Amino acid sequence: MSRILIVARNTFREAVRDRVLYNLVFFALLMIASAAIVGQISMDIETVVMVSLGLSAISLIGLLIAVFTGVGLVSKEIDKRTLHAVLAKPLHRWEFLLGKFSGLVLTLAVNTAAMAAGLFLAMLFVKHSISRGDAVVLVAVYFILLKLALVVALAMLFSCFTSPLLAILFTGGLYVAGLFVAQLRSLQMTQLNAQTQKLLSVLSYLLPNFGNYDVMGAAAHGRPVPGSLILHNTLYTVLYCAIVLSAAAVIFSRKDLK
Amino acid sequence: MQVQDGEVFGFLGPNGAGKSTTIKLLMGIIFPTAGSAQILGRPVSDVTMHRDIGYLPEQPYFYDYLTAAELLDYFARFHGFRAAERNERVQKMLKKVGLETAGKIQLRKYSKGMLQRVGLAQAILHDPKLVILDEPMSGLDPVGRREVRDIILELKNVGKTILFSTHILSDAEMLCDRVGVIAGGKLRGVGAPGTIVGVKSLGMEIVFELPDGGLSAEKIRVKAARSGANYRMSVSEAELYATMEELRGAGARVTSVTQIKPTLEDFFLELVGKDRAQAAAIEVSGK
Repeated sequence: MSRILIVARNTFREAVRDRVLYNLVFFALLMIASAAIVGQISMDIETVVMVSLGLSAISLIGLLIAVFTGVGLVSKEIDKRTLHAVLAKPLHRWEFLLGKFSGLVLTLAVNTAAMAAGLFLAMLFVKHSISRGDAVVLVAVYFILLKLALVVALAMLFSCFTSPLLAILFTGGLYVAGLFVAQLRSLQMTQLNAQTQKLLSVLSYLLPNFGNYDVMGAAAHGRPVPGSLILHNTLYTVLYCAIVLSAAAVIFSRKDLK
Repeated sequence: MQVQDGEVFGFLGPNGAGKSTTIKLLMGIIFPTAGSAQILGRPVSDVTMHRDIGYLPEQPYFYDYLTAAELLDYFARFHGFRAAERNERVQKMLKKVGLETAGKIQLRKYSKGMLQRVGLAQAILHDPKLVILDEPMSGLDPVGRREVRDIILELKNVGKTILFSTHILSDAEMLCDRVGVIAGGKLRGVGAPGTIVGVKSLGMEIVFELPDGGLSAEKIRVKAARSGANYRMSVSEAELYATMEELRGAGARVTSVTQIKPTLEDFFLELVGKDRAQAAAIEVSGK
């Protein structure tokens, strides 16, 4: 466990010293500030517009960091051969992988928290107060973070067996497909043959269900999110990440490094 | 091939011979398609034994956003040292490799030679029993090479086992108890640098000074090679005494007579030459 934390700490330190991340977070805060201005000129629905735009900005910037940094977590270390000296230490490859994952999720948590703080400041600016009902925005931010953790796990899995460019494409593709899992499950498939129906049904349960994390509408309108959904999404993320990271660890443990 | 406890073992071979591949196999960076290897009696797949191994990769590259001190501290953490001990070891290692004043500079600003020194420091930071160095002299200036040689000898004196790969033969001759020569992915010979090349004499070299003028001196002058005030002449052992008589007759002053033995370099070049000839033959027959 301690060795995983050592790698995680260093991954976080790398992110802290990377100016690109600051630029992205700054860009997100800029978007949130613009949302506040747009909200002010939207009669009666200023909070709805601002929260929707703000959460979208947090999600988009988080996704960019999760995909691009997630893919580079392992592939960059292999390309630059920084891994050679690290793996010569008493450290299992799976520990390294888990450490890198934890470090990036920690980075995303800090970034997301910073952006969420920006959003609450913007809300305070527009509404002049923050009520208990606004806690649902926090839930939405938490769901974004869960979603980002899953995206990082997928990006790491793909980067273990393919090139960085393909890993980015696969992760992006799977994310988009995962947004439509609910639609896939409710699809009327009467015109399809039985085999295709079964395949689509299985696929709808195998694909990561990213649609579940979207509570932006509820957050924007101040509708509460049920506790069962919070528990469900938390457990779903932990389990899905565990499966994806286990697969990544199996592949990475047998990989010849150049 | 076996490396004995407490010895300095040189792993020699031309570029592409398989030296780094072998070392990477030992360190678990790549995996063998066949065969097995053991370090300190344990299979190489057992990463817990990395506690007792120090490894310097070939042309090392480290996290360039860290300073040398931070990098060493990071690596020291994997060995479970507490903060005070980590700090003490880091400072000691930086001093040992001559980087005590550059310890707080980010590695992105380091030269190749400085990175090599950091690599050496991280390899011996945890006081390992076995030190594996892949081309440790690469990228170093003469002063740096001398310092690395001194560190290797120092490690040897305190009983460490050292395996290092190199294609700089003079380093191997100077440092190694034994060497293994690899060419074309195959081990071609293992032994002490003096014995691996054989003991047969290649002749005698005579160094002498020659006075100006005289017919006999002129006859000798055409057979010898001049370097500065001295002349050198290589003869077979059978011709030695007759040549010495001739030199005496010409008034030469003999300064040294040395037996010419094959060097590690001769052995190395012979192997590489054979390999290239073989490869060329295969290519020709293939056509």
